[in-house]
Amino acid sequence: MSREYETVIGLEVHCELSTKTKIFCGCSTEFGGAPNTHVCPVCAGMPGTLPVLNRKVVDFALAACLALNCHITQHCKFDRKNYFYPDLPKAYQISQLYLPIGRNGHVDIETENGTKSIGIHEIHMEEDAGKLIHDQWDDTTIVDYNRCGVPLIEIVSEPDMRSADEVIAYLEKLRRTLQYLGVSDCRMQEGSIRADINLSVRPVGEEKLGTRTEMKNMNSFKAIARAIAAETDRQIEVIEDGGSVTQETRRWDDNKGASYAMRSKEDAQDYRYFPDPDLPPVFISDEWIEKTKDAQPEFREEKCARFVSQYSLPEKDALLLTDSVRMADLFEETAKISKKPREAANWLMVEAMRLVKEQGDGDASKMDFSPAHLARLIDLLGQGTINRAGAREVFEHIFAEDVDPDSYIKDHGLAIENDSDALGKVIDQVIAANPKSVGDYKAGKKKAVGFLVGQTMKAMKGKADPAAVNKMIVSRLEK
Amino acid sequence: MIVTDETIEYVAALAKLDLTDEEKARAKVDLGNILDYVEKMNELDTEGVEPMSHVFPYNNVFRDDVVTNGADPDSILKNAPQVKDGGFAVPPTFD
Repeated sequence: MSREYETVIGLEVHCELSTKTKIFCGCSTEFGGAPNTHVCPVCAGMPGTLPVLNRKVVDFALAACLALNCHITQHCKFDRKNYFYPDLPKAYQISQLYLPIGRNGHVDIETENGTKSIGIHEIHMEEDAGKLIHDQWDDTTIVDYNRCGVPLIEIVSEPDMRSADEVIAYLEKLRRTLQYLGVSDCRMQEGSIRADINLSVRPVGEEKLGTRTEMKNMNSFKAIARAIAAETDRQIEVIEDGGSVTQETRRWDDNKGASYAMRSKEDAQDYRYFPDPDLPPVFISDEWIEKTKDAQPEFREEKCARFVSQYSLPEKDALLLTDSVRMADLFEETAKISKKPREAANWLMVEAMRLVKEQGDGDASKMDFSPAHLARLIDLLGQGTINRAGAREVFEHIFAEDVDPDSYIKDHGLAIENDSDALGKVIDQVIAANPKSVGDYKAGKKKAVGFLVGQTMKAMKGKADPAAVNKMIVSRLEK
Repeated sequence: MIVTDETIEYVAALAKLDLTDEEKARAKVDLGNILDYVEKMNELDTEGVEPMSHVFPYNNVFRDDVVTNGADPDSILKNAPQVKDGGFAVPPTFD
């Protein structure tokens, strides 16, 4: 390669808002229902129906705009984007072109070269489209309109990113901000956050932007990183071979590690936008903005700093605990009830994260158990009612089924027998049955006690505290 | 205003219409008249007049975020040209 190139990336991010109902009708937005069970005449595009805007959509979009430092369009309205495709039964999508709710925002991301500000060009509200399933067998397309009409915000960034790392830092920042706000659960695998990548390359030092392509269909951060690397290489190769990049939409195939040009939704890409006459304009008053601003939560940066000072946690731990608001809330509640923040943090960072990775899809925001149960488990462990191995078992069941630790321990006989006659008897038997180890110990091989502890634990079926057992054995041997 | 053949064919394609030559000729005249009419409105002085986005003086017509529609896939699918696996079956499409 004779020249060095720079990659220029801008993102269009679609986030499904966590409302209970669709943007223009009272159908449920619940994910994963049987096909066409969350559909009514409005979202099925029946003639004569009238869309009515869900107030919560504006509340959520406004909160997102303010958190992303956007200028609010106080008089905003909806427009029709016309295209003919079976995922939209009306043959148009209700969106915002002329007066999007937010403009000119920015967010800061952390990069290896320090903090960088990424511009937000605009944020607009719109409806999602239905899902198309291609049936290979008889060559038909099957349409499910459950998702059709689910509210989205589209966040359009400026072309301010220069690498896959910056793109991922930006997406993580958006995800956290929207999750902290509670306006979207941002689950990439369920499609509730989707990113389209606009990418171009230019020789380093060149001011003018190169021709960009738009890439779709990445459903993980890893796929995004791979798609960026592959598209950068492809465009540089086209240019180095003396060709020019064609402005087009490409679909990423993560299995093949390559993208290919998509057939456009319409031969002529002409959306003929016009104001939607079915929907009166939206006026966002100063009071509405102030009220929304006042209701903004403590975001990650502040929460992280507070965790460090209030609970004396290392910054590394505070960062991990605040990665999702769910985790942060679980930590704080557990710390408050148990009054043992360090223990609470360790259980969540070690055991909970292990289970999130093993049993789930790695998404900590899906954790669903009561902090009171974890706090009680911490108490029981501290009081010596249960040993650490037993506590781990109980925690697995708290994590999975939110069991009450007291009843679980009782039902499964996990409580340890501290210094009881039964334990003493077992120890006496173990000592009597293992004269060699006893002899070794008395001859100065202190390590021999470990074998005796092991034998005792085995005889107790794990229901003893190894440290207490150790003490009891030693006191008997030293007599 | 003169409307070209290309424009008529383009607009027809966007609207998924297959026009005969006679229909094209008629559409050219009709569209030309419509554009003339709009042109006439451009003669008005609209300096200082706020663009109107809606005919009625209303804003903020909202509904609450409450589920009101029960699941009734059967009646929704009554309008499907063909039904398969609970979905509307349509000719194959690619995205």
